[in-house]
Amino acid sequence: MSSNGMKIAVVGGGLAGLAAAMKIAEAGHAVDLFSVVPVKRSHSVCAQGGINGAVNTKGEGDSTWEHFDDTVYGGDFLANQPPAKQMCEMAPAIIYLFDRMGVPFSRTNEGLLDFRRFGGTKHHRTAFAGASTGQQLLYALDEQVRRYEVNGKVRKFEHWEMLSLVLDDHQVCRGLIAMNLQTLELKAFPADAVIIATGGPGLIFGKSTNSMVCTGSAVSAAYQQGARYANGEFIQVHPTSIPGEDKLRLMSESARGEGGRVWVPRKQGDTRSPSSIPESERLYFLEEKYPAYGNLVPRDIATREIFQVCIEGMGVGGENQVYLDLTHIPADVLDRKLGAILEIYEMFVGDDPRHVPMRIFPGVHYSMGGLWVDFNQRTNVPGLLAAGECDYSIHGANRLGANSLVSCVFGGFVAAPAAIEYAKNVERNGADGSRIYDQELKLQQEINDRLIKQSGNENQYVLHQEMGKWMTDNVTVVRYNDKLKATDNKLLELMDRYKQISINDSNLWATMALPHARHLANMLELARVITVGALNRNESRGAHYKPEFPDRDDENFLKTTIAEYSGEGPVFSWEAVDVSLIQPRKRDYSKGKKEAAKV
Amino acid sequence: MANNSATVEIHIRRRANPDASPYWEQFEIPYRPNLNIISCLMEIQKNPVNKAGERTTPPVWSMNCLEQVCGICTMIVNGRARQSCSALIDNLEQPIKLEPMSKFPNIRDLVVDRQQMFDHLRRVHAWIELDGTHDLGPGPRMDQEDVQERYAYSRCMTCGCCLEACPQYEGDNYIGPQAIAQVRLMNMHPSGKMNRAERLEAIMGEDGITNCGNAQNCVRACPMNIPLTRAIYEENRETVIHGLLGWLKG
Repeated sequence: MSSNGMKIAVVGGGLAGLAAAMKIAEAGHAVDLFSVVPVKRSHSVCAQGGINGAVNTKGEGDSTWEHFDDTVYGGDFLANQPPAKQMCEMAPAIIYLFDRMGVPFSRTNEGLLDFRRFGGTKHHRTAFAGASTGQQLLYALDEQVRRYEVNGKVRKFEHWEMLSLVLDDHQVCRGLIAMNLQTLELKAFPADAVIIATGGPGLIFGKSTNSMVCTGSAVSAAYQQGARYANGEFIQVHPTSIPGEDKLRLMSESARGEGGRVWVPRKQGDTRSPSSIPESERLYFLEEKYPAYGNLVPRDIATREIFQVCIEGMGVGGENQVYLDLTHIPADVLDRKLGAILEIYEMFVGDDPRHVPMRIFPGVHYSMGGLWVDFNQRTNVPGLLAAGECDYSIHGANRLGANSLVSCVFGGFVAAPAAIEYAKNVERNGADGSRIYDQELKLQQEINDRLIKQSGNENQYVLHQEMGKWMTDNVTVVRYNDKLKATDNKLLELMDRYKQISINDSNLWATMALPHARHLANMLELARVITVGALNRNESRGAHYKPEFPDRDDENFLKTTIAEYSGEGPVFSWEAVDVSLIQPRKRDYSKGKKEAAKV
Repeated sequence: MANNSATVEIHIRRRANPDASPYWEQFEIPYRPNLNIISCLMEIQKNPVNKAGERTTPPVWSMNCLEQVCGICTMIVNGRARQSCSALIDNLEQPIKLEPMSKFPNIRDLVVDRQQMFDHLRRVHAWIELDGTHDLGPGPRMDQEDVQERYAYSRCMTCGCCLEACPQYEGDNYIGPQAIAQVRLMNMHPSGKMNRAERLEAIMGEDGITNCGNAQNCVRACPMNIPLTRAIYEENRETVIHGLLGWLKG
């Protein structure tokens, strides 16, 4: 512990959690870092394409303001603008810091950082390390945090899972309860402040591009203890993923950033091999419809267009798939710039994307929504902060590609000093002693004991599958109010059936069954927040699209959805969006921004 | 009984806990195209009944990214250490045999504890000694060719395939190719170079780099195609020179 005995807990060891832990340790304070997997194996490793920052080394006149404008325009004006602006201003320094940490970013001929193009911008603004940028950035932070682990500032609790917060009688966060995933031992960890950085909730949709730890469980626990959850209905479906039996594997937007083209045969049911279909008989539907941005329209738009083409029966082979074609680019260029993702495709599909167009389809990818935070990453629960994908700030109704890595690090960098500041000034609750910890520990132990004992005939994995299917079918690309209502009823039914599950593992040592049962209960709660949030929002904005309400409706819905937990389900309210810097305007990616603004 | 083409037969080497004896248990699940090991294990987990039709405890394994980039799901598949997420059933001979890695403590079933690999990284100071995380502008300029070599080392996901394959590595008696490649990664960097001496000294001890027997199994076992033998060669050279200089100065 540091001299004043301050202790900050960080839950989650991905980019945001490690960024926060590093900053707190550097400031000389003690950190307890919790992660369900060794931090080096966190989901951040899956980020592929790059990290945005308007460094403007390409002579294109890029600026942090332009980055900011692209971000809020891409997010369909639902983001609070001041933190988005602050992030874009910090982005170049974040990239340079990673450069100093030794990240092997790709270089230009002069040995400077190279940048590529990504969706929703006309500028080369994305720094990249091959096509495994997330892995490289995570490792850099992992290395720096290990340095602080060696000098004693950071204590890691890997294979420990947060089950709940410890709140005092005034609803102030005083630490957390975590479970050892081998022994199932529960333990209370007092802390002066807690930063949650546990990533997204993709597993709610069953199969997604997310890693298996992305259940949103810890966030849901915090929500059920009083933390507000904002904009839950905004779920990004990535346009290009590789469908699989166990998950949807991401095919990075960088494939399009480097020139990849999306197409289907013009003739429905064309059975020829892609290479024998001449250029004139291919429908490059994104390029035709959006001449200004082409294949690099924002993700929500690309996803809807691909989805629509397949619904109309124009998908390749009549199935839910379209071509993502790189075969016109020389193989050595592809290997250098995209090697890692081409290997993934080859490994899991068997075709070589250097010579055969890839077959892809949209997949659930990212949650723009998350824990409500103020401009200092503080939730409404005193002593609880959040950073990274698990908070709702920055991205509004749709996230731009390569903005997630930068927002994770930014969130961690803002949360760390805010947590220190809070912890310095917080009145320590000495009088309560161990009572609040004992109480919460007992409560959590009782939940475990009940789950272990009960022996109903429902199967938790079947329930998870059913939830995933309903959520994917009804709460992703296209949303209808009657189906949303039916999905919410289904979720209530699943919650009821959950009471009859049996964990089905008589060996509790290192069991996967009990943790999954805990996750499932929490996922069901968040699924309702997402579904009912979508039901309430009768407009179309960014990733949220309702054919019954096809237009953005600023008059009624330029506001943040806030969900608060109650025993009867989520209670919703609205909060105004801070649009003090850029006046909201219509999104139109068929034209460049300047042209679109003239109309 | 369905014919062989319609089912997948999997034999799993199981162990209830570190003190229990290991044993084999056979499972059979319906075949579907494009299955990988993980989707088979999920299928068994959903309904844990063995081939003989007896209810059993669900097998336990580690998994996370399922894209062969987090390294966690490594196990021995038909005798070879690899990631189970990228082991496709259609490419495997049946019955498929799954075992936990043998060079690390076995926790339960297919789960092992690879903490020793992370301890190696602590020992060799596998990081750049930053002056601080405040804004000091860009890092040093670098040649793309050097960057590409560093990138190759930097893709190491700490999976342990190299240590599993190494004939010298047993009971954590040798720092091993994984950590040596990270020394190379750091020592190649213009700022990292400034602390190269402490990294070299960390791999010069009794369990250090000279334990390499040049079997070259590591480089063949590495799923990320990291040039591990090149790293060992380069760092061996560096340690020899460093040792000689120390002796001359001494």
